[in-house]
Amino acid sequence: MLHLVNKSPFERIALHSCLGHVREGDSILLYEDGIYAARKGSATTDRVAAATGKFKLYVLGPDLAARGIPSDQVIDGITVVDYGGFVDLVAEVGPVQSWL
Amino acid sequence: MKLGVLVNEGPFTHQASDSAYHFVKAALDKGHEVSRVFFYYDGVNNGNKLSAPQSDDRNLVKLWGKMAEEHDLDLVVCVAAALRRGVSDENLAPGFRISGLGQLIEAAMESERLVVFGD
Amino acid sequence: MAEAETLDDFDETDEDVKRFMFVNRKAPYGTIYALEVLEMVLITGAFDQDVSVAFLDDGVFQIKKGQDTKAVNMKNFSPTYRALEGYDIEKLYVERESMEARGLAPEDFVVPVKVVSAAELADLMAEQDVIISG
Repeated sequence: MLHLVNKSPFERIALHSCLGHVREGDSILLYEDGIYAARKGSATTDRVAAATGKFKLYVLGPDLAARGIPSDQVIDGITVVDYGGFVDLVAEVGPVQSWL
Repeated sequence: MKLGVLVNEGPFTHQASDSAYHFVKAALDKGHEVSRVFFYYDGVNNGNKLSAPQSDDRNLVKLWGKMAEEHDLDLVVCVAAALRRGVSDENLAPGFRISGLGQLIEAAMESERLVVFGD
Repeated sequence: MAEAETLDDFDETDEDVKRFMFVNRKAPYGTIYALEVLEMVLITGAFDQDVSVAFLDDGVFQIKKGQDTKAVNMKNFSPTYRALEGYDIEKLYVERESMEARGLAPEDFVVPVKVVSAAELADLMAEQDVIISG
């Protein structure tokens, strides 16, 4: 299953809720404001880094770049993808739950 | 693979329509079939041709319409959601059509995946 | 094991029937999402699909008893959840963790619901063909 999270973990509980329902082997894509959860050195970093051990985490590169976050600030274990990679995840992993 | 897309927000307040647009573009580039893009909630505002963004900004209403023309993409605006928000045949942008919610369910039934973009 | 069950169930169903789950995570009235999700649920029922409706996070407030919207001049759509049964939509799930965190109990809801844990809800989600969130 693919989980999409597009909200900052500092504003909404979408990521928190997602992590409460994700199953082993599932994938999570962080995009739009969701990408702030992928950044090292923040209050949510430890929780997200721990999740990389159990689930496959991805972050959308164009949304990182738009928000001024270089890929070397992305937590180890999170894969940066472009829109094509987003499509591949949907095609390969689905069904898709958007944590709106 | 056959994909369906649901867009829940309009072209300005949220990034949802931008993300959906880039997603659909990438899917078409990769040779996937996009059975339908359905616009619901404030997403119906993506089909309002009276919207006039500033000239140095992207114009999603036109971008969606152009994509529909180039790829024979079916862009459907929900009639009930559209009436609420003042989108009708009078101000419907080129490339879009207005129809019922059943079109979303049909798209979901015939697609292998449905991806929802919203807030 | 869960996968085998899913396949068995699938074999018994018509090939045109898909499993739809509507995921409600938002409270009513503050935004329109709850109302318009309900409109999608009702339409899906008319297509004879296998429909589930899940209430979690603030979505559990959508089905709280005693809603009175007269003073805010908005339509009280909570009675409509009781009409879902007439469309053969009977799989209504409330997540226990969300319910308890908000100080609610099953008797607080306008419809009979099945209370499930977050883990059980995650399993149900994984069985779906289509997941729609508003």
